[in-house]
Amino acid sequence: MLSRVASSIYWLNRYIERAENYARFIEVNLNLTLDLPRGTTEQWQPLVATTGDHETFADRYGKATKEAVIQFLSVDATNPNSILSCLTAARENARSVREVISTDMWEQVNRFYLMVRAAASKGLSSHNLHTFLTDVKANSHLFLGITDATMSHGEGWHFARLGRLLERADKTSRILDVKYFMLLPTVAEVGTPFDIIQWSALLKSASALEMYYKRFGRISPDDVTAFLILDSTFPRAIRYCLIKSENSLHAISGSEHGSYQNQAEKRLGRLRADLDFGDLEDCVAGGLHEFLDRFQAQLNRVGDAIFETFFAPRPIHSTIAGAEAQ
Amino acid sequence: MGIRFSHYDPEGFYDELYEEKGQPRPGSTLLLRKFASLPEGELKKRQEAAERVILNMGMTFGVYGSDDGHEQIFPFDIVPRIVMASDWERIESGLRQRMRALNLFIDDVYHDQKILKNGVIPSELIYSSKGFLQPCMGLHPPRGIWCHIAGIDLVRISDGRYYVLEDNTRCPSGVAYVLEARQVMKRTFPELFEAYRVRPVDGYPSQLLETLRSLSDLPDPTVVILTPGIFNSAYYEHSLLAQKMGVELVEANDLVVVDGSVHMRTTKGSQRVDVIYRRINDDYLDPLAFRHDSVLGVPGLMESYKRGRVALANAPGTGVSDDKAIYAYIPKIINYYLAEEPILPNVPTYVCSDRRDRTYVLEHLDQLVVKATNEAGGYGIMIGPQASKQEREDCARRIEADPRNYIAQPTLALSRVPTLVDDHLEGRHVDLRPYVLYGRDVYVLPGGMTRVALRKGSLVVNSSQGGGNKDTWVLS
Repeated sequence: MLSRVASSIYWLNRYIERAENYARFIEVNLNLTLDLPRGTTEQWQPLVATTGDHETFADRYGKATKEAVIQFLSVDATNPNSILSCLTAARENARSVREVISTDMWEQVNRFYLMVRAAASKGLSSHNLHTFLTDVKANSHLFLGITDATMSHGEGWHFARLGRLLERADKTSRILDVKYFMLLPTVAEVGTPFDIIQWSALLKSASALEMYYKRFGRISPDDVTAFLILDSTFPRAIRYCLIKSENSLHAISGSEHGSYQNQAEKRLGRLRADLDFGDLEDCVAGGLHEFLDRFQAQLNRVGDAIFETFFAPRPIHSTIAGAEAQ
Repeated sequence: MGIRFSHYDPEGFYDELYEEKGQPRPGSTLLLRKFASLPEGELKKRQEAAERVILNMGMTFGVYGSDDGHEQIFPFDIVPRIVMASDWERIESGLRQRMRALNLFIDDVYHDQKILKNGVIPSELIYSSKGFLQPCMGLHPPRGIWCHIAGIDLVRISDGRYYVLEDNTRCPSGVAYVLEARQVMKRTFPELFEAYRVRPVDGYPSQLLETLRSLSDLPDPTVVILTPGIFNSAYYEHSLLAQKMGVELVEANDLVVVDGSVHMRTTKGSQRVDVIYRRINDDYLDPLAFRHDSVLGVPGLMESYKRGRVALANAPGTGVSDDKAIYAYIPKIINYYLAEEPILPNVPTYVCSDRRDRTYVLEHLDQLVVKATNEAGGYGIMIGPQASKQEREDCARRIEADPRNYIAQPTLALSRVPTLVDDHLEGRHVDLRPYVLYGRDVYVLPGGMTRVALRKGSLVVNSSQGGGNKDTWVLS
């Protein structure tokens, strides 16, 4: 398929997954604050820190109040990563590849965009915020389902899945990182009901609570961390995302598993293997935050390699050595 | 009780649905009875439902120079225009005849120019036409067909006859809205389709694909659509047609000419392209052959085309038949090449480069519609009876400065179709653009785009200037 088209499909899916995850970020905090004991101050700064956009936020808003952070992450058109900006970009990408996506997919992206835009102009209040976040997740799921059900699972579909899952891996690592930023009162409070509430809130926001309980039974920070990073069957776990992304890369190039044909496969394969052959100790020994930070950097390098391998314009050489017709 | 149709008054204009006040035409009785049976406010609700469908479908078109960003939602009215089968038969044979004659003319102009040598058309008119491209002299497109896709604008006036208003033989657009408008009507008014047998339009994409494929000798040619990109006003149509034909939609940067053939850049290397449906104007097609500043074109494309390595639809050079001054000669053209009388007449036209015509035009500016010979989209038009004295004087000056660039036609009492205004129906002026394909044979899409001037009393139907669309039903 055309490089430009593959790139648009990849980014369309990254943007929609990003929007969904930003809705989840906001929900983590909302869930947390609802369960907080009276007198505890709400913390919204960690949320901004984990998205990596804290400088942009500080410039525009200053203090990290609940209203400011929610505004910034959801409907601020000047934040290129806000839910509104993501949907605008997703729609532009979809519009430029309408001929390779199904009509149902296009209409769903369009409806999703219109819903977010309407919410942005109406304004978000505590009254309609929860509905909005639920709608964002539902629309993202609907798009995923329509894509799976109406797009042939060929090259285009694989670029879609690649974009979606790499974005998800990155964002799940950030959701986990939010917890790190929550100023945990003292060591003595680890394992207490307060702490458990925070981890439950985190799992809920990753839609992982039930699946987690099926596997582990009770909440412990170690097990939650292991689940979200290393589980190979839960669709929002980082390792799952890397396994399936790698499958898509191999489907695109036609290469065998266990080998690589391009830089993207090489980097992603190694990253996936790190998790295949890693355990919780590897994740937390040097500090969870440091691990997640390193992971995000490596994932970025995978993204760079994907760009170089598939999307970057390359010269096409004449078959007659040295003699181009034009 | 809903809308009272007995009150509808054609007000002296030919009305497509009504014979006279309160009296529907035989073909539209069922439709109007259906409307009358709807409860109060229901018609308006259906119109709003249609608008929501259009919004969700993302049916837009671009308007250059608008403040609102570059996309506008497609304006649509749910009252369809009905064309009787007998009317359509005549229109179709007229269009076939015209399409054949136009192509014979274009081919002659770029070869022996017999029609010029026989004095039927003045040579200077051809050579001064912006659409005439010298680099196209002597070229041999497959089977001698230059225009494969045309949109021929028709109007019906007070005498009840259809006339050709203008030919669009370069990059005619609008067929996507024909296809989508039918979808919208089926979703908002399905019961009407049970009552009427309307000829379907969704065969167009496969007919178009067949037409494009026929331009290559290869058993399985690679066909693409070349678009200027998402900021082009007709982008929605480019991507819809690509989607429905299952072909790639490419931009200039996706293509490169190597070893004389055109290739597109894919994730697995380059792939040769055999037929290009190009939706880019002639002078932007190839910076090496035409405008050097074009970033929308492919360097070397014309060379590849000349060598027969790639087919272009429409072929470069068809603008010579698009020219409104040359339009005036088409009845003679039909006569000359086919030895037939035109089945569809032209609108009387004054060509300002002719001294007698020019004098008449300048003396009757308040009665005429003046058009620039090479503009599209309704731009560059002066409607005499509605213009101010200043506007007419400006127009006179422009004509005197560059007479070759202007023609004039009498103001026409265009036919009207009932259109929903708030909660009742009022007549609005319409035209009709059928689409004609010429591959191995001529194919005419049943119906076409009915453009309606939504503003009361307005005669300008172009979407870029306040027009809207209606679904067009050719009954079988």
